[in-house]
Amino acid sequence: MRNDMFSVLRRSPFAMKKAAQYVVRFGAVVACLLMFAVVSPNVAQAFSDEELRNIAEQLNVKSATKKVAVIEKMAADGDPRVAAILKAMLEGDLYVRDSDEHVVIATKKGKVYTHIDIVSGEQAGESLSKELSKIKINNRLRGALRDALATLNLFSPDLTVRTAAVEQVMDARDPAMLPLLLRAIDREEDETLLARMELAQATMALAAGETTEERLSAIEVLASETTPQIRAVLSQFVASAEAEGFEPEVVSAAKDALASVEGRLSTWQTVGDVYRGISLGSVLLLAAVGLAITFGVMGVINMAHGEMIMIGAYTTFMVQQALAPFLPSGSAWSLIISVPVAFLVAGMVGVVIERCVIRFLYGRPLETLLATWGVSLVLQQAIRSIFGATNQQVTAPDFMSGAVEFSTGLVLTYNRLWIILFSVIVVAGIAAVLRYTAFGLQMRAVTQNRRMAGSVGIRTGYVDALTFGLGSGIAGIAGVALSQISNVSPNLGQTYIIDSFMVVVFGGVGNLWGTVLGAFSLGIVNKFLEPVAGAVLAKIFVLIALILFIQKRPKGLFALKGRAVEA
Amino acid sequence: MNKKLQALIGAGAMAVSAMAMSAAQAADTIKVGVLHSLSGTMAISETTLKDTVLMLVDDLNKSGGLLGKQVEAVVVDPASDWPLFAEKARELIEKDQVDVVFGCWTSVSRKSVLPVFEELNSMLFYPVQYEGEESSRNVFYTGAAPNQQAIPAVDYLMSEDGGSAERIVLLGTDYVYPRTTNKILRSYLNGKGIADADIMENYTPFGHSDWQSIVADVKAFASAGKKTAVVSTINGDANVPFYKELANQGIKAEDIPVVAFSVGEEELAGIDTAPLVGHLAAWNYFQSVEADANAAFIEKWHAFIGDEARVTNDPMEATYIGFNMWKQAVEQAGTTDVDAVRQAMYGQEVANLTGGTAVMNTNHHLSKPVLIGEVQDDGQFDIVWETEGTVIGDAWSDFLPESAKLTADWTYPWVCGNCEKPMY
Repeated sequence: MRNDMFSVLRRSPFAMKKAAQYVVRFGAVVACLLMFAVVSPNVAQAFSDEELRNIAEQLNVKSATKKVAVIEKMAADGDPRVAAILKAMLEGDLYVRDSDEHVVIATKKGKVYTHIDIVSGEQAGESLSKELSKIKINNRLRGALRDALATLNLFSPDLTVRTAAVEQVMDARDPAMLPLLLRAIDREEDETLLARMELAQATMALAAGETTEERLSAIEVLASETTPQIRAVLSQFVASAEAEGFEPEVVSAAKDALASVEGRLSTWQTVGDVYRGISLGSVLLLAAVGLAITFGVMGVINMAHGEMIMIGAYTTFMVQQALAPFLPSGSAWSLIISVPVAFLVAGMVGVVIERCVIRFLYGRPLETLLATWGVSLVLQQAIRSIFGATNQQVTAPDFMSGAVEFSTGLVLTYNRLWIILFSVIVVAGIAAVLRYTAFGLQMRAVTQNRRMAGSVGIRTGYVDALTFGLGSGIAGIAGVALSQISNVSPNLGQTYIIDSFMVVVFGGVGNLWGTVLGAFSLGIVNKFLEPVAGAVLAKIFVLIALILFIQKRPKGLFALKGRAVEA
Repeated sequence: MNKKLQALIGAGAMAVSAMAMSAAQAADTIKVGVLHSLSGTMAISETTLKDTVLMLVDDLNKSGGLLGKQVEAVVVDPASDWPLFAEKARELIEKDQVDVVFGCWTSVSRKSVLPVFEELNSMLFYPVQYEGEESSRNVFYTGAAPNQQAIPAVDYLMSEDGGSAERIVLLGTDYVYPRTTNKILRSYLNGKGIADADIMENYTPFGHSDWQSIVADVKAFASAGKKTAVVSTINGDANVPFYKELANQGIKAEDIPVVAFSVGEEELAGIDTAPLVGHLAAWNYFQSVEADANAAFIEKWHAFIGDEARVTNDPMEATYIGFNMWKQAVEQAGTTDVDAVRQAMYGQEVANLTGGTAVMNTNHHLSKPVLIGEVQDDGQFDIVWETEGTVIGDAWSDFLPESAKLTADWTYPWVCGNCEKPMY
């Protein structure tokens, strides 16, 4: 029935009136369209108070199909109060009050819910959760609510709300929205938004268009865009064009447009791959840079390196727990404070391990490997005994949630962007410490020639302990960053230990820049292989390539010139 | 310290005397083996099940024990190491002489202990949803078979209420459970008219942490204009970064719903679920089920574990059902003898936690209801769909040609786990 009416609508403008007759009899959805078209939404209060209350109470049914019908009926009259109700329903804040069966919007504060009357918009009492039953929604209802809100919001006085509504309409591509959209285009004054609206219109007009000219002009509008949605619209049109017997010129124009959109999209795809590669590289870099110091500079094969990362992540969790009562949710402070705390905690654990275990094993790599592996198991089980085996939740601050989305389908998530920046800062910090501080100078001296350094008065034992502490502390900082993208669980370290060794070995033992370059190239290669070969094979290929590379250049990308390596 | 030492010496002495003096002495208590990893990667999931068994044993002893004896739980730690599972199973059965074992989580650990249980004719209760295609005389499967979880879930996705999905993405961790489940699903979807071009299949290693490319691929796959849904058999630790990436890339449940078979209340405990509201999971039990039995179970669990914040989940219910069924079967048989208890198991009924009744069938699988829940912002699930009655677990999937013809039935005349014709 619905489809019949739309085809009538499309065929002739005179059918509008005819359809209006249909509406009275059949139509929730169509009512929405036509009423909007006829009644300006600014003419408020299309429902009387009593009507609004009654219709909202009809939402209190179990069947999703019935709820959808009610939602569409409510949206149809363009009553501005409806938008608030539907928004509350979408957010799960719409309840039925058990005492009088009234539908209310309720917001939770502590254990008490404050009720807001849906008709007057004023506060109407408080209660505990027991006295309210929620109007449940599922994905289908969420979709219906979002579409209904979009149609209501097309006429919102707020430009940002209108813009979001247009995007939603474009995503939905429901031909039923076309008449409404045309009305909105007539009223729109903002140039940019008008262009988006016309684009949205073109996506619908392509399928709904009547004449060759209409179709050609729609294709022309679409061809200049670069978004996955437009690609979908065009490819669907091309697929159906021949079956529907469109003119050859339309089909070939559509094919050309599709090819040009696809060409530009694939460029963006490559940009996306590079970005994701850099992002993976920055994570690898953070995980590996501490190891580059302990393994690279000191030559200690530290299997407990991953556990230092884990300790950093758990420190973040502890700091967040400790500060939670004092900070608003979503605050960045707990994460910022975690950075130095994690550095100190992990660094101290590192120094203790060095003093108690590793210093007795210098020059015996095999024993060091086994001993530190044992240490890693002890640390893992210790954390498991203290915190339990389950994951701990580290909440993301607001500035790390969400993403920058480009219409081309490229999504840059904020947490990854910040981690890229963070890894650059950390590496710059380490480079500065090594280059400009007395400790850095002593460390380099010990690395290059331990005995010579000792004989000019450097206390090599202290330098070793501090170096190991520095490497471990940096691993702790990495843990702060990784807590944002990974599990905070006792196994966190194991996930990264192999990758870290790969990066350091590939980059060249004892060379910070080698580690940087190694991390980013491994990240990017991995991300280019992944879409082609799948995640499992990509990892295997990278490992094989690495083995072959090491055969050719045993010392990695940048071999360190010094005696420490041979010794 | 001294008391501990005494206890240790005492235990040692008892062990020696038990070994020396034969079964009559050893049978003072009824021993229940618990074979769950308490360390390593799987500890995150399995520790809870160990605690569940301990709670049930504790409860049973408080109410007078079993056959007039106290029940003693013997806990071992196979440390997420698959071959070690087999060794520990042998140790439990031969050395500790347990009458029954509750244990295993991953399919690979179950496959590892299977020959041990069959060789020594002991009994294992396996409490986790799995890929099916197996029926052993010595194992009772109290988790869901694919037809009790995967098939109803995709049916829901393709239904009007579930969003009428026409393209399906199958994401999984690279091991036997996801691969077998997805093989069954692909064949089922093909039968429902979804072409191979509309199915995307992708596998990732255990603990995969960088989901950027895969989530972007899913987005691209979904932008083709047909309604797309994701079926996730991603296991364990990889889920947290996966869901975080979904949330950050702004994939809303009403656009691309993700239904998961390995994500329950416990897994969500490590994630901020506010951006994930509306994504789905299919199980036979949710903590949010409103039933008296469930409320009592949750209260008991909180009291036992001493933490109000701990959640309950589906494998816990499966453990609960398995334990109570075994208890009833032992009472009915009047002995803990494996063969007698096995006979008593068939048709055994136990009240499940969702207000219905679980029945043990002759293929060693349960009849259970199937529920689909949407993630809520408090980390719980809101049940949006459930089967009318219970569904009988199917050991051999009807949607794979090679297994459709097989039958599992351990009663006369079949007496077989994978036969085309009855044995007798």
